[in-house]
Amino acid sequence: MSAVLPLPTLAPRRAMLLGMKGWLGVTVALGVVAVIVPIANLLVPAGSALHLSDYAVQLVAKIMCYAMAALAMDLIWGYTGILSLGHGVFFALGGYAMGMYLMRQIGSDGQYRLPMPDFMVFLNWKEFPWHWALSDSFLAQMALVGLAPGLLAFVFGYFAFRSRIKGVYFSIITQAMTFAMMLLFFRNETGFGGNNGFTDFKRILDIPIATPSMRMTLFVITGCTLVGFYLMARAIVGSKFGRVLQAIRDAESRVMFTGYDPLRYKLAIWTLSAVMCGIAGALYVPQVGIINPSEMTPAASIEIAIWAAVGGRATLIGPIIGAFVVNGAKSVFTQHMPEYWLYVLGAMFIAVTLFLPGGIVGLAKHPRVLRLLGRSPRQEDGVAS
Amino acid sequence: MRTLLRCLCVALSLLGGVAHALTPAQTLAIAAGDNDARLVALNAAAAAGGDARLAGFVQALLDGEVKVAGDKVYLVQNDKATIAATGEPATAPEDAEDVTNNNRMRGALDAVLSTLRLFSPDLSVRRAAIVDLGKATLEEGRLPLIDKALAAETDPQLRDNLGRMRAAILISASDRAIRLAAARELGSSSQSTVAGLLAERLGAGGETDPEVRAALQQSLEAVRGRLAWGERLGVVFTGVSLGSVLLLVALGLAITYGLMGVINMAHGELMMIGAYTTYVVQNLFRTYAPGAFDAYILVAIPAAFMVAALVGAVLERGVIRFLYGRPLETLLTTWGISLVLQQAVRSIFGAQNVPVENPGWLSGGVQAMSNLVLPYNRIAIIAFAMLVLGGVALLIARTRLGLFVRGVTQNRRMAACVGVDTARIDMVAFAFGAGIAGLAGCALSQIGNVGPDLGQSYIVDSFLVVVVGGVGQLAGTVVAALGLGVLNKFLEGLSGAVLAKIMVLVFIVIFIQRKPSGLFAMKGRSAEA
Repeated sequence: MSAVLPLPTLAPRRAMLLGMKGWLGVTVALGVVAVIVPIANLLVPAGSALHLSDYAVQLVAKIMCYAMAALAMDLIWGYTGILSLGHGVFFALGGYAMGMYLMRQIGSDGQYRLPMPDFMVFLNWKEFPWHWALSDSFLAQMALVGLAPGLLAFVFGYFAFRSRIKGVYFSIITQAMTFAMMLLFFRNETGFGGNNGFTDFKRILDIPIATPSMRMTLFVITGCTLVGFYLMARAIVGSKFGRVLQAIRDAESRVMFTGYDPLRYKLAIWTLSAVMCGIAGALYVPQVGIINPSEMTPAASIEIAIWAAVGGRATLIGPIIGAFVVNGAKSVFTQHMPEYWLYVLGAMFIAVTLFLPGGIVGLAKHPRVLRLLGRSPRQEDGVAS
Repeated sequence: MRTLLRCLCVALSLLGGVAHALTPAQTLAIAAGDNDARLVALNAAAAAGGDARLAGFVQALLDGEVKVAGDKVYLVQNDKATIAATGEPATAPEDAEDVTNNNRMRGALDAVLSTLRLFSPDLSVRRAAIVDLGKATLEEGRLPLIDKALAAETDPQLRDNLGRMRAAILISASDRAIRLAAARELGSSSQSTVAGLLAERLGAGGETDPEVRAALQQSLEAVRGRLAWGERLGVVFTGVSLGSVLLLVALGLAITYGLMGVINMAHGELMMIGAYTTYVVQNLFRTYAPGAFDAYILVAIPAAFMVAALVGAVLERGVIRFLYGRPLETLLTTWGISLVLQQAVRSIFGAQNVPVENPGWLSGGVQAMSNLVLPYNRIAIIAFAMLVLGGVALLIARTRLGLFVRGVTQNRRMAACVGVDTARIDMVAFAFGAGIAGLAGCALSQIGNVGPDLGQSYIVDSFLVVVVGGVGQLAGTVVAALGLGVLNKFLEGLSGAVLAKIMVLVFIVIFIQRKPSGLFAMKGRSAEA
């Protein structure tokens, strides 16, 4: 790809995964999600200024799931140069796998008081379709959370990468896949609740899902997963594998001529990225309480790319910041002036690509900004290239 | 009902087609007195037929607009009274009584009204009456009436319809010989209703005689064979129609993406702009020149082109020219532009779909076969797509501008060296592609909904057309558009719309496995660019 990003040139390999500051940041992040938020939400009384409302907790949890998807997008787009317009599908597949289990957990407490999910009763189905066979087992469905998106990505990626579809062609093909999957999931016959998807969850692992402690447990799990994903992505990017990925991004032919087979590398990171999205989706569904095919629209997938771009591609921390900034803005705008949100989102797409190729992180490292902050720009960051 | 018809038929045969002017005495007999006497008078008048005033009078009776005073019958419509038989203005006396009709009388009036329509001098009224008659259950008592109408009918198509109806009644007649003859006669039909009728007679509780059954079976197969042809042709036609829509959409892309290499995700929104321009032009015509409404489309076509081309030129100058050679960034930016354009249209015209009406000469269609109607607007779009294709091909191959566009595409620096203003060519070419998108939007407004989401539903399909067709060639785009259109409609017939879409996608993925050159027209090092 000649789409040159002003990316940092590779720093000499460090023995440690992160620097001192990095580990400090990780510790603080873990402390916030695992200690401070639970205390502020559960123990601090509701009237206090330090109290964190349930709404805020749910919002942050939701955005953390989005941040995982953005992180996965950064691995495939920022570091490997493959823009996927299908990550929304992987996210939703993970969500649906979790949703199937949650639907079974409702048991006979649905509208119709029957052991089958309401939408199946409504469609007059007498038994579960084949893909619901294992939906009663938590472990099987959790395996499916990773397997379903992973398998789809593997098969799709194998055929696409094998015929050397790359660049923008790949993006268009993934968008077509997204479109087809969305149509498929909108159908009632597919067995995923059609238009309405899954909702009205009652329990998870036989524990009521709507209690404050359950909500907080899920929140902490989500936060820790996000931090874990970040560390994993950092390890991948710093490894030899990660360097080959970046080489593929910058000059795929040369990588091939040097004796590497780009297919394996691309396929591996593509599949891993899809699995990460699936897990993010699985964490998203019980906390938001609904999954339907609108998560699979082409627009939803492109939005993941814009989170990564706003935060700063190929920085890992950038996409997480981007997911928080964009979705924070979205929740503010859709509450107070919904008609302007699409203008803002559209403007973000245009402004980031035209004026801010490095995103927020790139801006923070820009020499002028650093000078403004009274620090000297460090050469090894190489942002100005 | 049956009694009434019998009376009617007797009267018809007595009086024949003699046109009878409605007399005041008749109106009085129909409007006043004993119900049985009224019915007789009504049927006698109906049997005479031919007088348009009778239909109006019967309708007025049904609507309760008739008053009787002494021996005079008045129609009182919109506070104006007239003499019912002649239509002269008159003043109804204060003590005029409303004519009341019980249910039996109303039924008779209804029946007379629909029968009268069968003999109307107006062809379209007769056609509607025959269609209505066909929808009702066909019973043996109707036969004399249909025979009578058949004798009087002059239009060949309507004669045909009446003949089938007659046969359909005969096929369930009580006499075996009549049934057999009817079963054979129906074999020449090509209507799906006849196939249904034959199948019904073959089913349980239908025909019992073996010879008649055999004749029925034979006729049914003949009819079904003919129907299958209509269906096959229908699939091909809708496929070509969808293909020509895709072609219109993809032609613009073939220029901006195929020649210039710009991924324009806002292409669909440029189409939307074209469609909304058509809507605005339509409204202007409706307000300021309602007489020339049918001609609005002739103004809308160039207007849609100009508006979309103008927006395209602004986009190219304002945004896209900074992104040449960075396709992924272009993709994201133009997606952002598409969001802004959609929301802008929502702010201006509202989130609801807006109505765009076909001009009179584009509504309706050709009845090619009994189960195959080719709508004029679809035919017009196929022709329009061909015209636009010809125009684009000529422009690219034969004009100076086309030469420059090809030159800049092949070697930008060299083109600049020989004095081509490459920046201007970029802008003109992009605006031209956008204008074609506007034309596509104008065409789509004639066959589908016009709303803020108009572009979204076509963008994936049209990109696939360009990808399959190969980059940089119009011929590939044409073949891919028509091919995908027909394939899509064919699979839709087999497995439903959604599965068809998915199958087409799988087909495309397999196709590019086999023929990646369909994707990559460029070879060697330049493919890396």
